[in-house]
Amino acid sequence: MNTMTETTTQVYNVYIKAAPQAIWDAITRPEWTERFGYGGRSEYDLRPGGAYRGLTSEEMRAQGAPEVAVDGEVIEADPPRKLVQTWRMVMNSDMAEEGFTRLTYEIVERDGGVSKLTVVHELEGAPDTAGLLAGEMEDQGAGGGWSFVLSSLKTLLETGDSFVH
Amino acid sequence: MANDDLVFRALADPTRRFLLDRLFVRDGRTLTELESELDMTRFGVMKHLRVLEEAGLVAARKSGREKLHFLNPVPIRLIHDRWIDKYTERRVSALTELKSELEERK
Repeated sequence: MNTMTETTTQVYNVYIKAAPQAIWDAITRPEWTERFGYGGRSEYDLRPGGAYRGLTSEEMRAQGAPEVAVDGEVIEADPPRKLVQTWRMVMNSDMAEEGFTRLTYEIVERDGGVSKLTVVHELEGAPDTAGLLAGEMEDQGAGGGWSFVLSSLKTLLETGDSFVH
Repeated sequence: MANDDLVFRALADPTRRFLLDRLFVRDGRTLTELESELDMTRFGVMKHLRVLEEAGLVAARKSGREKLHFLNPVPIRLIHDRWIDKYTERRVSALTELKSELEERK
């Protein structure tokens, strides 16, 4: 019997005291995305085939970063419940060469005004990108990946505090 | 607050820390795989996984007929961001204050 399952997928959950629509807006609207995580503005054309661009923050550009950090395409947009897209880190040439990965956001409303946000990132053939997103490059100043992004998203929505200064 | 309690309680057990270590090495494992590395009944491992899931430290996803278990580091990150960062900041400011105090004495 084969009990080995090889997976390169990363799965993250976070419970946030916020309505699904608030979480959806925070993920898809630039005025929100610049207030948590890496602090860049995200641009979404929220329909299948629509373009996605994750821009660098002003601070990153001041240090010589290009304008676009991540690019991709919307596969499915079902506000405020589910967003499926492709996702490619283009700031670093090695990661850009790894090509497009597949990212899914799922938002489910729970009791007491709490919603559960699940991030499923399928990273087959993208080991460098996977390392970055798992926070393995934090020592090198590359940030803490998804757990850092989701932790700061929760803090922003629940307290209004932004980690990004 | 209640969630932090669940996280600390889940971490206060060597078997559960072992399970998290195994998932850190490689994610997306089935119960059968995890069970094969422990000298424990299937039911016992299931119980531990349930505690880890309730604390949000393990995320489970269905893949076909299988249930795969993933390490979810977000709750630990939240504790880090809420507590550890705060203490680091305080230590840094304490050092800065000490430095200026020493310089003033000169």
